[in-house]
Amino acid sequence: MSEHLVPVRTYLAVFAALLVLTLATVAAARVDLGEPEVGGFRIPVNVVVALSIACLKAILVILFFMHVKYSGPLVQLVVASAFVWLFILIAITMSDYLTRGWLLGRPAA
Amino acid sequence: MSNASALQHHFESLEQQKESSTLGMWVFIAQEVLFFGGLFATYTVYRVKYPEVFAAASHHLNVTLGAANTAVLISSSLTMALAVHAAALGRRKQIVAWLLLTVLLGAAFLGVKVVEYQDKFEHHLVPGPSFSGHVLHLEGEEEKQAQIYYSLYFAMTGLHALHMIIGFPILLGLAVFAWKGRYGPEWSTPVELTGLYWHFVDIVWIFLFPFLYLIH
Repeated sequence: MSEHLVPVRTYLAVFAALLVLTLATVAAARVDLGEPEVGGFRIPVNVVVALSIACLKAILVILFFMHVKYSGPLVQLVVASAFVWLFILIAITMSDYLTRGWLLGRPAA
Repeated sequence: MSNASALQHHFESLEQQKESSTLGMWVFIAQEVLFFGGLFATYTVYRVKYPEVFAAASHHLNVTLGAANTAVLISSSLTMALAVHAAALGRRKQIVAWLLLTVLLGAAFLGVKVVEYQDKFEHHLVPGPSFSGHVLHLEGEEEKQAQIYYSLYFAMTGLHALHMIIGFPILLGLAVFAWKGRYGPEWSTPVELTGLYWHFVDIVWIFLFPFLYLIH
């Protein structure tokens, strides 16, 4: 596992993908994608698209530039746990701030 | 450097030693994820609270400069990855060249950041007594809320820039050691771990760019 050399063309392919995704996210931000209502919640599609592209870029960097795809299970577990903790941080904070006023029939926050 | 001198006595093999180092670096990066995560959570809370003001305030940022800087930082990640690759092969001159190019691209990123910060100073968008919502067409309570946006802007981009500034002497130090032929197929762990740090800084910007520049 440790002496696995990632071929240079893999790095170049990831680099090209990251540049294309950067252009895509800028292009998507120029279009108003609206805020459709799904189950009583207004979903800002622009935000969802921007953050999805950012996550995709981050995953590419982590897997290939940071070699996590080729790392041992212990390293992969620590990497995954970092994002589990981040999820807990964001989810518990937002479960408070985004739901205030729900019982009073007012919009979030 | 020979096999025997690279291996510390408390490890059984070079592989085990390298995995321990990588694991330690990732524990540090996990902590960094949560450090920046707190700032992103704060930003989200205030953005949901003051959506119109945050949209107006973020419209003042230059998306073209932000996108160009994203491309510059992604390029510096590529050169860093190539430095790590060259180190694993023990190609002395290539390691030095890729490391120096990484520093150069990082400096270009910070140069653009200086231009952007200067614009904020000129338009009185730096939080403090001279802050003014004039250029944003905001006043009163909304002007105060715009200060929250710019406080977060400077805190997040400033801490990101600080991480890069810390990276420069490390990259230059690696270049010196690489020039002396310290890294090769047996041992190039410092270059690899610095690579992890540099890519992490890249990832932080990958999220800062849409959060601060794109989401209105």
